[in-house]
Amino acid sequence: MTKEWPLWEIFIRSQHGLAHKHVGSLHAADAPMAIKNARDVYTRRNEGVSIWAVRSAEITASAPGDREALFEPANDKVYRHPTFFPMPDEVKHL
Amino acid sequence: MYAQMVDTGVKAVAAAADMSPEEQAFQARIDADIKIEPKDWMPEAYRKTLVRQISQHAHSEIVGMLPEGNWITRAPSLSRKAILMAKVQDEGGHGLYLYAAAETLGVSRDRMIEDLHAGRAKYSSIFNYPTLTWADVGAIGWLVDGAAIMNQIPLCRCSFGPYARAMVRVCKEESFHQRQGYAIMIALAQGTAEQKAMAQDALNRWWWPSVMMFGPPDAESVHSAQSAAWKIKIMSNDELRQRFIDQTVPQADYLGLTVPDPDLKWNALQQRYDFGAIDWNEFYEVIKGNGPCNRERLATRVKAWEDGAWVREAAMAHAEKQAARAAKAA
Repeated sequence: MTKEWPLWEIFIRSQHGLAHKHVGSLHAADAPMAIKNARDVYTRRNEGVSIWAVRSAEITASAPGDREALFEPANDKVYRHPTFFPMPDEVKHL
Repeated sequence: MYAQMVDTGVKAVAAAADMSPEEQAFQARIDADIKIEPKDWMPEAYRKTLVRQISQHAHSEIVGMLPEGNWITRAPSLSRKAILMAKVQDEGGHGLYLYAAAETLGVSRDRMIEDLHAGRAKYSSIFNYPTLTWADVGAIGWLVDGAAIMNQIPLCRCSFGPYARAMVRVCKEESFHQRQGYAIMIALAQGTAEQKAMAQDALNRWWWPSVMMFGPPDAESVHSAQSAAWKIKIMSNDELRQRFIDQTVPQADYLGLTVPDPDLKWNALQQRYDFGAIDWNEFYEVIKGNGPCNRERLATRVKAWEDGAWVREAAMAHAEKQAARAAKAA
């Protein structure tokens, strides 16, 4: 039984100036191979113009159990959204 | 389908009263169409069933490369050859998306491949039939990929996030496969008498295996019911099969080919086709390993894996050496 190639997370930036987006993962022995494999697996139809490959083991993720502690505080701060402030109809460009 | 008769490990669909609070909360999330992600709590049976289903689906994509790969060197033109290579490469890609989705559940890629090679994991029955003529490549794209699309589109809404996302990606690419197959069938059906006969022969041999692909009627299957409750099976085998037949028969009519089912007829009242009895014996024999190509397909996969072992080892040794040198230089 040989050692499995490490897992990499692949991010692709499309042509339209958007940020790199996670598209999936793959196995590769090293970084150059990860880029080559990502080209073959995730960009067969012009999906992107740039690839990032990150070792999966290097990613720190928030824990599902911390969801409330992390994200609930935003719920009662609706004033962060512009719709919180009603504006008079006759005032324009706001 | 690409995943057939997936065992859920349960004897009855779990009732809310028998569930732990965690299980109840889990089922409530599924009922509310909230996606389950790999790090979320999930019942062990859900995790195991998904590993079986997704790995079986992945194995089907990879083994599915073999019947079509058989014709790459003999495709009738350079253009047909380039298209077929792109199609077979896509199937490899689909297998990789799916293996990656299964790995998020904590099973290793090597483990899944070992399970396939040892006969512990299955792949779809359909890929145990031989591709005897070029028309079979057309029939596979048209019928087999057509059947796969029927199954995979609902799975884009399944409860497990990584599986649903892989399905979205697969479905985007799949309609190219079906159209390239139908284009081959059109060329043959509108060609010489011999070419049309070849297309008819391919339809004769692939029709029933394609209809069987959806699996046995699942009305009484406890596994299907549990998988439906977990939203990892969205439509029943019979529903999918009926849809497939209803959409495919008119396509055969357009080609001027005859579906090899004397009992097939339009039911105006029900607005669907009635069709003849399916030989489930044949299906179970293929599932058990006694189809025309079971042994050859598995032997080909095992040989490819074993022949490639030195490449995988060498690449890893090279990467480790480079990393060690970089660490020393720093």
